[in-house]
Amino acid sequence: MSGPVHPAWPARLHVVTGKGGTGKTTVAAALALALAAGGHRSLLVEVEGRQGIAQLFGTDPLPYEERTIAGTEDGGEVRALAVDSEQALLEYLDRFYRLGAAGRALRRVGAIDFTTTIAPGLRDVLLTGKVKEATTRIESGHRTYQAVVLDAPPTGRIGRFLNVTAETAKLAKVGPIKNQSEGVSALLRSPMTAVHAVTVLEEMPVQETRDTFAELTALGLPIGRIIINASRTPLLAGGRGPVSQPQLRRGLAAAGLPTDQQTVRGLHAEARERLAREQMEADLRAELAGLGRPTVELPLLVGGTDRTALETLAAVLRHAT
Amino acid sequence: MSEGYARNVAEHLTMETDALLADPGVRIMVCCGAGGVGKTTTAAALALRAAETHGRRTVVLTIDPARRLAQALGLTELDNTPRPVKTDGEGELHAMMLDMKRTFDEVVLAHTDPQRAEEIFANPFYQAMSTTFSGTQEYMAMEKLGQLRGTESWDLIVVDTPPSRSALDFLDAPARLGRFLDGRMLRFLLAPARSGGRSMFQLVTASFGAFSKAVQRVLGAQLLSDLSGFVAALDSMFGGFRERAEHTYQILQDPQTAFLVVATPEEDAIREACYFAERLVHERMPMGGLVLNRVHRSAVPSLDAADSEAAAAAVGEDHPGAAAALRAHADLMRLVDREHRMAVRFTRAFPAVPVAEVPAQPTDVHDLDGLRVIGTALV
Repeated sequence: MSGPVHPAWPARLHVVTGKGGTGKTTVAAALALALAAGGHRSLLVEVEGRQGIAQLFGTDPLPYEERTIAGTEDGGEVRALAVDSEQALLEYLDRFYRLGAAGRALRRVGAIDFTTTIAPGLRDVLLTGKVKEATTRIESGHRTYQAVVLDAPPTGRIGRFLNVTAETAKLAKVGPIKNQSEGVSALLRSPMTAVHAVTVLEEMPVQETRDTFAELTALGLPIGRIIINASRTPLLAGGRGPVSQPQLRRGLAAAGLPTDQQTVRGLHAEARERLAREQMEADLRAELAGLGRPTVELPLLVGGTDRTALETLAAVLRHAT
Repeated sequence: MSEGYARNVAEHLTMETDALLADPGVRIMVCCGAGGVGKTTTAAALALRAAETHGRRTVVLTIDPARRLAQALGLTELDNTPRPVKTDGEGELHAMMLDMKRTFDEVVLAHTDPQRAEEIFANPFYQAMSTTFSGTQEYMAMEKLGQLRGTESWDLIVVDTPPSRSALDFLDAPARLGRFLDGRMLRFLLAPARSGGRSMFQLVTASFGAFSKAVQRVLGAQLLSDLSGFVAALDSMFGGFRERAEHTYQILQDPQTAFLVVATPEEDAIREACYFAERLVHERMPMGGLVLNRVHRSAVPSLDAADSEAAAAAVGEDHPGAAAALRAHADLMRLVDREHRMAVRFTRAFPAVPVAEVPAQPTDVHDLDGLRVIGTALV
């Protein structure tokens, strides 16, 4: 077995979670790009049927099929897969039971829909089962993927999603589903897996990061990094007190800008707000540091998330220490 | 408020939030949108304003409020009952947090005798379904809304929607769950003999042997027998579930309801808001407007980012404080521009939908005063 593709990202399966709105999908995609650098092949997986990857890369909706979605300059490749629980079930039936025709009959009567929606535990076993299969797949003696990045459900649902054994054990006490869930659970609880949390420097996402880590720890799931997204370089916090209005007026005059009262007051108020915000961000950063996990900060990119932006974020992730 | 938006999108409509909140014909307000856009805060702020400013007897149904917001509303426990909130003024505000499992239990109890209910409660399938089924939270939110509306004791019910994968789940999940509980599929799965006469099932009779075996092999016998027990116990109440979901859906289509789509001026949230608005238009559901939360504004909009940045570079050495302030302003202007581009994606697609903008607050809202500030910004 080959070692990790990157010393700062030692796992093989990277589960990326985060509160809604923190940029989880973008970060997952950037991580898949970062881990493909150096001529590796990575797989970016989504499981919630949102087609977030296709939207991000500006492609047509992804089928249930591993497709090349990006390459790196040094010959690396990112493939993407949108796992669909129905398709995963049919594949599972075919792979383990050779139930091609009967599987299709099941679908006609709505049994697949039934199986995959009645108990999310069952559905999640199918989804994570597919992720496990891709993570551990070997072709001609080599691993198909050196890294798999999962754009996972948000913080509120991640514990239940990953805790597949417990969820399915409520329903299937013996039998093939139980076996399947135990295999998934073993992978998720091994050093091959790391669960990373994406957050922004705001109160609620930081609180959820803390809560999620506590939950994952209690479940025995391996915690990876804290990824602080959309972070801005502090301009005002640190040392120099807030600028005074007379100072600001002199600076504006020197720059040849208007020095009327409205401009001076307006800019002064903006600077004070920014300072307050930076102080709050510093507090939240310290709170995250207190969680004792390696952290990486990604810059806020106001231009939107195009391919160039993803490359920028990937470079930061690749140089994480 | 109106002035702020006019500056950005001159010709766009501003939401008449106060008129909506005061309108006795509006009995239900539903706040929907992507996760993390401030739905709960918006719902609470609207409800508080309806009670305090317009004197309406209001209840706010929250799904999963942040701890401190829940505390601000006096919601210390999840007991599924509206609790009075201490407000200023004459109007009354009550708040409640949805208890999904308890609501489901109540529905079961309402439709069956106590002994049957006990059997249902004890079944592992029911337990899994009542706590984790992907549509249960949405269904139960709608069920609770139906109950609150049915009592006729509220002038206005403000509903926060569950943090779903997609905002559309709130509309779709109840029907999906209703269909499932309606049980034709279930009964067919477990008692093929009974449903053999139906035409849709005859199509698959030929492959049924293999099908039945497949189910056994995949699910296992124990799981099937639990499922069978669940279905048998629920048998008496199949019709009821669907009927209730349909009834509540009809209320949502009625003009007594106003949907408020909540978003932030960010790509994903705006996309989700567009999906939802499209759906509301398509289903002729009553749309109150778009609430755009966390909008940034500049106090000096005439100085653009590039000029501000250039000025900062020019005077940086002699005037470091002023240069930092100018850089902060340049950052803010870039953000304002980006947010504006995002907002326009919605307003161009839905020119007839009015918008209310709420400026970004310096800190999260966790008390009634904070909600009042939001409420004032909304009108």
